[in-house]
Amino acid sequence: MMTELSPAEIKAQGLYLQWGLSEDEFQQVEKILGRLPNFTETGLFAAMWSEHCAYKNSKPLLKQFKTTSDRILQGPGEGAGVLDIGDGQAVVFKAESHNHPTAVEPYQGAATGVGGIVRDIFSMGARPVAMLDSLHFGELDDAATKYLVDQTIAGIGDYGNCMGIPTVGGETTFDAIFKNNTIMNAMCVGILNVDDQQKGAAAGDGNSIYYVGAKTGRDGIQGAIFASAEFSDEQESQRSAVQVGDPFAEKQLMEACLELIHDHADILVGIQDMGAAGLVSSSAEMGAKAGYGMQLDLDLVPQRESGMIPYELMLSESQERMLLCVKKGHEQEVEALFAKYESEAVKIGHVTAETQYQLFHKGQQVADVPVHALVDEAPVYTQPSRQPERLKQVTEQFEPEIENMNDTFIELLEQPTIASKHAIYERYDSQVQTNTVVAPGADSAVIRLRGTNKGLAMTTDANPRYMYLDPYKGGQIALSEAARNIVASGAQPLGITDCLNFGSPEDPEVYYELQQATKGMAEACDTFGTPVISGNVSLYNEFNKQPIYPTPMVGMVGLIESMDRLTTIDFKHTGDLIYVIGTTKDDFNGSEIQKMQNETVSGQLFDFDLQVEKQHQDLVSDLIDQHLVASAHDLAEGGLAVGLAESSFAGDLGVAVTVDLPQSWLFAETQSRFIVSVTPDNQAAFEALAGDQAQLIGTVDDDRFAIHTNGQSIDMSLADAKHSWKEALAWQLN
Amino acid sequence: MKYAIIRFPGSNCDWDLFYVLRDVMAVTPEFVDYRETTLPDETAAVLVPGGFSYGDYLRSGAIARFSPIMAAVKAFADAGHPVIGICNGFQILTEAGLLPGALRKNSSLDFICKPQPLTVTNATTLFTHEFDAGETVMFPIAHGEGNYYCDDATLAQLKQNHQIAFTYQNNPNGSTADIAGVTNERGNVLGMMPHPERASEAILGGDDGQRLFASLIASVTAAAQ
Repeated sequence: MMTELSPAEIKAQGLYLQWGLSEDEFQQVEKILGRLPNFTETGLFAAMWSEHCAYKNSKPLLKQFKTTSDRILQGPGEGAGVLDIGDGQAVVFKAESHNHPTAVEPYQGAATGVGGIVRDIFSMGARPVAMLDSLHFGELDDAATKYLVDQTIAGIGDYGNCMGIPTVGGETTFDAIFKNNTIMNAMCVGILNVDDQQKGAAAGDGNSIYYVGAKTGRDGIQGAIFASAEFSDEQESQRSAVQVGDPFAEKQLMEACLELIHDHADILVGIQDMGAAGLVSSSAEMGAKAGYGMQLDLDLVPQRESGMIPYELMLSESQERMLLCVKKGHEQEVEALFAKYESEAVKIGHVTAETQYQLFHKGQQVADVPVHALVDEAPVYTQPSRQPERLKQVTEQFEPEIENMNDTFIELLEQPTIASKHAIYERYDSQVQTNTVVAPGADSAVIRLRGTNKGLAMTTDANPRYMYLDPYKGGQIALSEAARNIVASGAQPLGITDCLNFGSPEDPEVYYELQQATKGMAEACDTFGTPVISGNVSLYNEFNKQPIYPTPMVGMVGLIESMDRLTTIDFKHTGDLIYVIGTTKDDFNGSEIQKMQNETVSGQLFDFDLQVEKQHQDLVSDLIDQHLVASAHDLAEGGLAVGLAESSFAGDLGVAVTVDLPQSWLFAETQSRFIVSVTPDNQAAFEALAGDQAQLIGTVDDDRFAIHTNGQSIDMSLADAKHSWKEALAWQLN
Repeated sequence: MKYAIIRFPGSNCDWDLFYVLRDVMAVTPEFVDYRETTLPDETAAVLVPGGFSYGDYLRSGAIARFSPIMAAVKAFADAGHPVIGICNGFQILTEAGLLPGALRKNSSLDFICKPQPLTVTNATTLFTHEFDAGETVMFPIAHGEGNYYCDDATLAQLKQNHQIAFTYQNNPNGSTADIAGVTNERGNVLGMMPHPERASEAILGGDDGQRLFASLIASVTAAAQ
């Protein structure tokens, strides 16, 4: 049980420091209130002014991002961003990190990460239609990491599967730097009828504030504060800051909320998820956005534990809860609707014209603060920045050591980051809702838009190794790789969401990485015309002061205007011609083969040119428009050899390829490349359009996988190569 | 004629079945809430969809079988009308005693979602007569508790009565005798773990599932005449 200190005791004992408020911030609160804050109020400010809620360290950097496009119906600032996709429909998407909870309690941490992002989507009025994830773990060389991987996957799967939302794509990488800081980012995509779009706003004097969904317990108290602190050996694992998920409750809550939105739009003023910092953030944000205040009676909050104090009620992050603002006089309608779904709906307060945020508990007023102070007046910091030493070095590119090309190739295919992820994605229901056209394991997942001839392509991409060697170019590459995946599937990029996973911004070197990465990403967003419509920031991913590699995750969605543009990665017919678009160089620093041979990446990242990237993407898009390619695949980790192998394995067809390159360059990770296959009848038209941007390197073969170089060849049976690639991760997970 | 799709709290393949019946098979589906006690007039067949009824935190289907609508479903089946349970629907029908056997956790203990080649073991049922006996069809599975179990005596009966409708070609979940779908003794109730409604449109990767629904529709149409 928590003891509520008096205002004087809080100040004397510095309690606010434990809660993450600095001395200056506490003084600012005192100034705003014109008195010392009481226990509850101190808690409200600590949560609302945490990095997780207020973006106080990242706000200036996020301003670099393009947030406009012809299609934007809602940019950042609501539950999720919204983009018009025609025919009266819009796509809604957002990604969110749940790194800290997943690191300490992987099953519930991952599950509630999914639950939270799903609520953000349906709070906008959209039906969630797809989930993706981006997972980064330590090496699979110890039992603890294997357990973490297994439980994270189980948590994601159990939540999404039960909700009936297909998990259609994602990425999983393994690197020692993530051993104590798992990165778990979840992205949800929803479809909205434009007329149903909602806002999280509580307007109108006297309108009712409704609490709907699960009861409040003591789980996840201080979750937002916890997410804004680092890990170390000395600290206990903070398991109590992790919430417990109930996907069945959320499914019922979702159906009730969607019915309310679709059928009772006239009485619903606003709706918002109770996510980070629970009841305080949802209610204060809804009031502040509308320019209204609010009075809440905390005795009315449904509770599943006894003796909870206001601080606990306001900061609990119990899951499966939403806050509604409903027009006065329509209370019974709302209560009857939620009762139908066996979900609770309780009026806990009302909107007030004065912009004060007032809480009552057991007949006493326990908080009285200006609502805008909580939501809009958190301090914003530009932290000192310093370029890390490693980024100042000018180095040569790494030169792989290769005795036998076949052996090196197989070893690379068996790297967990490269190997097939079927052992992971087969634990997710990828097909429920019967819209999944391209299932996990491709460049992008594709779902059809039922009732139209259109589709949506979606992908998540992060490349922590490139980011570590050059956060600026790495930021550009992260965006480019996502766009390359979208374009290769026949879609046009619409926009992105992101999760900025970094170390502590108070470390000048980390802040430098954050500045450079966001700068690179922002430039690439401009190049591809993709606004940032939503996202989150996860800082303080450190263990014993060792930050993770900078890991901004890009979740991109593209529109396939007509499903005859749909293009897949698999080779289609023996005898088709294989072309590589883009040139190949000795680009090995940060590559999979460097990591495989040196156990880590180092050196100066290779060159990258956004304009070349855009040209190649435009070319592939034009080729798809003209129906000149039978397959298209972007080249990424493992380079040309691995890219060819992936298209081969997907189509169960081999290759006979000859390249005029040094043998090791088959594994170089030069950016801005695609491999495409072309039927012989389309050769002339293809070459006329592609010109010297594409080179013919061989043909699709039956059951032999052969790539000849200036040195040794890769030459083996397709079945052997595929077996190694397909089973390697499952072996390593056991 | 109506095709009644029973919706439990937590059903999530209800719309998938609805769309296949309405848009692909051009018949009239109707949702029936679990709190109802009667089926709609003109119900020709009952379909129990997949999902996670009541979250399935207990044994799958263990709570759903007590829903008010289940008495009507049982009476409908007892009268010889067709009832099909897919995935969670299969689990519910075994829990309700409408089908023999039980579904246990997959032998891997993990949820599995992937396309599965099946053999049509009995192509004479109400639900399978549009297939050829011994034919291979591709239906996806998506379940954590699809490991069919029955004792030896029951298995012998299933075989003798030709109640095994579908078998797995590479058993993904540990099911007894590779069983993927079974009927009751009378042959008018089918339960199966694989999802024919996910395999009924070429754009989703295959349309073998259409023939299961076509079999059902032809059966009820013939019965009505």
